[in-house]
Amino acid sequence: MAEVKDPSEGVRIDLISGERMAGLTSMEKIRMILDGVREGNIVILEEGLSPDEESRLIEVTMTEISPDEFTGLEIETYPQSETADASFLNRLMGKQESKKLTVIGPANQIETLHKDETLIKTLVSRR
Amino acid sequence: MGLLTGLKSSISRAASTLFSEEEPKRIGIYGPPNAGKTTLANRIARDWTEHGDAIGPESHVPHETRRARRKENVEIERDGKTVTIDVVDTPGVTTKVDYTEFLEHDMEKDDAVRRSREATEGVAEAMHWLREDVDGVIYVLDSSTDPFTQVNTMLIGIIESQDLPVLILANKIDLEDSSVQRIKNAFPQHETTPVSALEGDNMDEVYDKIAEYFG
Repeated sequence: MAEVKDPSEGVRIDLISGERMAGLTSMEKIRMILDGVREGNIVILEEGLSPDEESRLIEVTMTEISPDEFTGLEIETYPQSETADASFLNRLMGKQESKKLTVIGPANQIETLHKDETLIKTLVSRR
Repeated sequence: MGLLTGLKSSISRAASTLFSEEEPKRIGIYGPPNAGKTTLANRIARDWTEHGDAIGPESHVPHETRRARRKENVEIERDGKTVTIDVVDTPGVTTKVDYTEFLEHDMEKDDAVRRSREATEGVAEAMHWLREDVDGVIYVLDSSTDPFTQVNTMLIGIIESQDLPVLILANKIDLEDSSVQRIKNAFPQHETTPVSALEGDNMDEVYDKIAEYFG
């Protein structure tokens, strides 16, 4: 096992499986993401968030922004609208087709270089 | 306008509100900062309300609109019919607000910090309106910029998940770098209507679409 190094020397990446997220409530997911991002980590979700959770993530993020401390987050998924393909019945039942790899990081450390339907290129910098 | 004419118009408006089958639909104008949402809202208000009052101040500085503002009972006439809507101009949605960006617009630090705090409150308010209080959305994009942004993808996804009717406008077609096709390519599942809210170009088609989507 590699020796644990000083966290300030690198950028921590948390890869969170869909299985782990499935057991959490919406607010638990949002809290986990924001706590990670506020510590300067990059959070990668295997299956992303539902549109409603994304909406709440934006709202909660806004309440936590403070000058010289936290400027918000950068979030990236492939620019495809999965919900447009979801059947009306599934949407009615609250089953959102939200399985999309999602990268989230602190706004001042992550910069999107290129993005299209099949590729996301991101530059991550240390604090 | 004479007193009598004004009175008649007020009575007629009150009667139509009293006896209308349903309340006017609340149509939220959404989009990223600096897409021209307030310019569009003001254009609609000027074209279709009696006094033509502006809904809010327009500016090139991002986050000029930091509170959602509603203009009630905007009556748009199309093909002999009247479509009545409430227009809700909302703050531009983003996932980040950095006060230092306002310093580039000749603002003192205190003003920039205050503006950024109000901007974050405005974005949260806009998201709340979207989840709870609008019946349809006019999504405004600056056609001279890249539409493949996360905010656009997320917002369109949120709007679709709520089954809200959405009219996408490719604004700022008066600019040299404008590309309506780029916006059509980004959201092929929706119809895109080109417009210049500032110059008033193609507003007739926008009003046709508003009547079609929200009437």
